[in-house]
Amino acid sequence: MKVSYKWLQEFVDIDISPQELADRLTLAGITVEGVKETGAGVSKVITGRIDSIDRHPNADKLVVASVDVGAEKLQIITAATNVSAGDVIPVAVEGAKLASGLVIKRARLRGVESRGMMCSGQELGIDPKTMSAEQASGIMILPPGTPIGRDAREILGLDDYILELDLTPNRGDCLSIIGVAREAAALLGKSFRLPQPACAELAENIAGQVKVDIQDPDLCRRFVGRLIKNVRAGSSPLWMQQRLRAAGMRPINNIVDVTNYVMLELGQPMHAFDYNLLHDGHIIVRRVREGEKIITLDGVARDLTPGMLAITDPSGPVAVAGVMGGQATEVTGKTDTILLESAFFNPVSIRRTSKALGLRSEASLRFEKGIDIGGCARAADRAAQLIVEMGSGEAVAGRVDQAPETITERVVQFRPSRASYVLGVDIPRETACDILTGLQFKVQQAGEELLVTVPTHRVDVGLEVDLIEEVARMYGYNLAPETLPIGGATSGMKTKEQAAVTRVRSQLAASGLFEVMTYSFVHPRVFDLMNLPADSAFRNTLNLQNPLSEEYAVMRTMLLPCLLGVLVRNYNRRVQNGAIFEIGRVFKSRGLDTQPEEKTVLAAAAMGCAPGSWNKAPAAYDYYYLKGVLEDLFSALRTAPVTFRPEPADPSFHPGRAAAIEADGVRLGILGELHPDLLENYELPVKVTAFALDFNQLLALSGRPAAFIPLPKYPGIERDLAILVKKDIPAASIFAAIREAGGKLLSDVSLFDIYFGEQVPDGLQSMAFSLKFQASDRTLTDAEAVERTGAVARALADKFGAELRS
Amino acid sequence: MRDRLHELGEQACRRMAEAASLEELNEIRVRFLGKKGELTQILRGMGRLSAEERPRVGQVANEIRAVIEKELAVRTAALKKLAREEKLRGEGIDVTLPGTPVRRGGRHPLNVVLEEIQDIFLGLGYSIAEGPEIETDYYNFEALNLPKDHPARDMQDTFFISGEILLRTQTSPVQVRTMEKTAPALPVKIIAPGKVYRRDDDATHSPMFNQVEGLAVDRRITFCDLKGTLAHFAREMFGGKTKTRFRPSYFPFTEPSAEVDVSCVICGGSGCRVCSHTGWLEILGAGMVHPRVLEVSGYNAEDVTGFAFGMGIERIAMLKYGIDDMRLLFENDLRFLRQF
Ligand SMILES: [Zn+2]
Repeated sequence: MKVSYKWLQEFVDIDISPQELADRLTLAGITVEGVKETGAGVSKVITGRIDSIDRHPNADKLVVASVDVGAEKLQIITAATNVSAGDVIPVAVEGAKLASGLVIKRARLRGVESRGMMCSGQELGIDPKTMSAEQASGIMILPPGTPIGRDAREILGLDDYILELDLTPNRGDCLSIIGVAREAAALLGKSFRLPQPACAELAENIAGQVKVDIQDPDLCRRFVGRLIKNVRAGSSPLWMQQRLRAAGMRPINNIVDVTNYVMLELGQPMHAFDYNLLHDGHIIVRRVREGEKIITLDGVARDLTPGMLAITDPSGPVAVAGVMGGQATEVTGKTDTILLESAFFNPVSIRRTSKALGLRSEASLRFEKGIDIGGCARAADRAAQLIVEMGSGEAVAGRVDQAPETITERVVQFRPSRASYVLGVDIPRETACDILTGLQFKVQQAGEELLVTVPTHRVDVGLEVDLIEEVARMYGYNLAPETLPIGGATSGMKTKEQAAVTRVRSQLAASGLFEVMTYSFVHPRVFDLMNLPADSAFRNTLNLQNPLSEEYAVMRTMLLPCLLGVLVRNYNRRVQNGAIFEIGRVFKSRGLDTQPEEKTVLAAAAMGCAPGSWNKAPAAYDYYYLKGVLEDLFSALRTAPVTFRPEPADPSFHPGRAAAIEADGVRLGILGELHPDLLENYELPVKVTAFALDFNQLLALSGRPAAFIPLPKYPGIERDLAILVKKDIPAASIFAAIREAGGKLLSDVSLFDIYFGEQVPDGLQSMAFSLKFQASDRTLTDAEAVERTGAVARALADKFGAELRS
Repeated sequence: MRDRLHELGEQACRRMAEAASLEELNEIRVRFLGKKGELTQILRGMGRLSAEERPRVGQVANEIRAVIEKELAVRTAALKKLAREEKLRGEGIDVTLPGTPVRRGGRHPLNVVLEEIQDIFLGLGYSIAEGPEIETDYYNFEALNLPKDHPARDMQDTFFISGEILLRTQTSPVQVRTMEKTAPALPVKIIAPGKVYRRDDDATHSPMFNQVEGLAVDRRITFCDLKGTLAHFAREMFGGKTKTRFRPSYFPFTEPSAEVDVSCVICGGSGCRVCSHTGWLEILGAGMVHPRVLEVSGYNAEDVTGFAFGMGIERIAMLKYGIDDMRLLFENDLRFLRQF
């Protein structure tokens, strides 16, 4: 809503600057986003009348005009083609400034002197969107009787300020000048002048000429009509045009402009019908019937659906109530009599209809938020008054006013004690009373309480707490002191899962991975890219009804595609080394009409290598890197012992380089190098290793208590053991065999070298282990260590055919 | 003989003073004090002396030996020190070369900010509540005093799965879910962080973003308590000098409602480009929990009051780090992520 500062002044005396007013309104909840000066920067532009236009002696496209600006006559050269002798136009005289900053100087154009410039609307700072195409493209031609030699800004109403409001949806009442004027009056402690329009009327009365039936009173609670005869079509006066423009609307003609003007001023959307085109002057307000159609004012034929509210005459719909009028009864240059409609329609119905038809108008916007049911007659009278005063028609006496139910005002109790209970600050009853009265509420004292009558325009106020808010906002939120809640103590603690998220995040970051955050919706194609079979459970997605695009059309069921997307984006930006992770939710459908299962997944992906340095070789981000990261994480989380079992069957992973991660017989997830097919799908020319874990499973398996084992009192003995063994025997089996054969005395075993190639027969590899023996009750002898090592070697020979390497 | 001894002592000390290395010093020691050394030789010759001379010469000899040994120790220490210094001189490294890299990753900036926010409220006794990201119409709208066809639903363009199931547009449903679970027990003090979704995509909007919701419900929780709590939060988050300003606003699930501004973190309130020269930055929406929301959640709204607030983590992160395009936060360019 754009509000003219001057227009406001008609209803309240404002003695502060537009900017100050804007600040006051903003701090009272009527947010003013900006204040704009109309015609800003424009000076020394005056009105002038073209006396004559002659050909330019030296140029075909220019003319020489003689313009009377009152005090003198100016010779002005122009290229404009829309002007003719007798037109009154804005003239920028020598030294004038235009909205663009242009300064006008005396000039010679092709040898002829020019002492000024005729101006277009845009040059005066008028938004071209609010002008007709013809106006926007040429010099602005003012109405014939416009006085000359006057400041054009004043004549055009361009000496105003416009407050641009960003209203909250509850304050539909402020979608009007009087609504904002009421707020301003309350804030400034000034009186508010409610317009009481009246005008000269014809002797004849509307009674008998117009009949209104409201058949669906739930959707139309009031319908007021006024009849205007002897309509003279034309354009509206400049001041009215400028006010419409300042509000961002384009002037059309005197009748349409009046209905728009009244809507802006009073907040009541209006419609004008060509009375003679209505059958029998009979208006029936009812729900649409099956199969009814209408051609709306924009020329579009529309199928209406039952349930929508229509204004009809005995022949059928003549308007979509509150949304748009019909072409058949449109006011035209031939119209002699009009019926003005000023009605109250059900906000929800208007909202549904305008949504269904894709028609959002200034009118529907206001009806949706709820207009002042008490103001319908006033608006109709105001429109009649304006038309009569402009000489655009004559008002038939009286009005039709159908309201199936009596219009009542709500009475709401206000307890000052309750206000202080909610606000924490004592606002004296008298102060509250003054505030509410200032806002046009009627207040009656009842003991300690106030009985507050809510005016009909405040559709947002119905509960005591609404009044408390009114009092608080006018009192000033910023006057209330700052306190902290007293009362029951609580301990601020994270749940185990929340603490784990923080922990895992920090741990992985410390391990060299960067955390990413990706969208929860993905392209439905990603499951193909991930190489998943048609029956994969991951394809059981929840799909958005109204996605932004196909790219974000389905809810993710896995994190890996999101991480791959990040790697691809980075790779294409030449950031080709990196390790990333995400902790995020995935969604498993349980059917369209139920909430899905939401599972938290921890996933990581890495490509390239960790950059080396002058003293450190680059370390590949490969399987063993991520495995190390995971092992460290499991150790930090104190999980149950975790095993990595070869997993050749996952279609997204390299069949020989992937492992199922398990603990306590529960599958936690998968780790591996991604399948080359999949990398090809993603057009990633590097290897990628990734893992994905069920976060809650991980959590369930973690947090095993630490138990102290006494430090060894006696020295242990370390012995190395190198074996030649078949390459395809998993290291985990060899470790297990060593531990078993080593028995209680073997306190630790580690693998410190693997070698194959020269000097090692094909299919075999050399593995070197370091065994540590330790007894808790004595110093171990060399002989014992040798004996144990021998036992280990024998076991490896028996089980795997391993040969001892010297 | 005594003269010989003194001469020997002087000679030894002179030699030691001249010695340039520990080896030389050792040779001198052997020569004078060794088993076949000169002093030893002389003492062996003492048998030829008279019985009365012997102890006197013996005493002199021991004195001379002590002198030599003492000087030997001093010289040894000095030469050792010299040798160590010499060695260290050759062992210098370029201390300006870069250190061995420790490959650290990093948390996402939004989570860095989120954890900071969480810590502030944990310190005030709030716990952290969570709720589903895919919500029912009831929890996302209806229970929050936003019935179907309410014009305020337009404030949030919603992604739908079906007529009743949608992507939550706000973290506020967690308020209702938490109160339902807790009622009629008191107090409730939670924050609810999480992802929310709205159909917007440009430099200042993302179709997915993060909010933190806060809720305190008890007997006699007041609007002033809301003000105090958020002022405390703003000071903790943006620095001790940060001021807060409350502007009346509208949310269907709170009343009175407010938009909360903090004094601009860039210019401190004097006005700059970031704050559009107003000196204030809008960062929070807040208000007293609407009685209808309390009632549907199982509390007697005449007795129990509460406040709620919500903020966008992206906005705070963008202000904190000076990020000008929200999309950067979700592009996950590693060159971006490395900066936090
Ligand atoms: Zn600033």
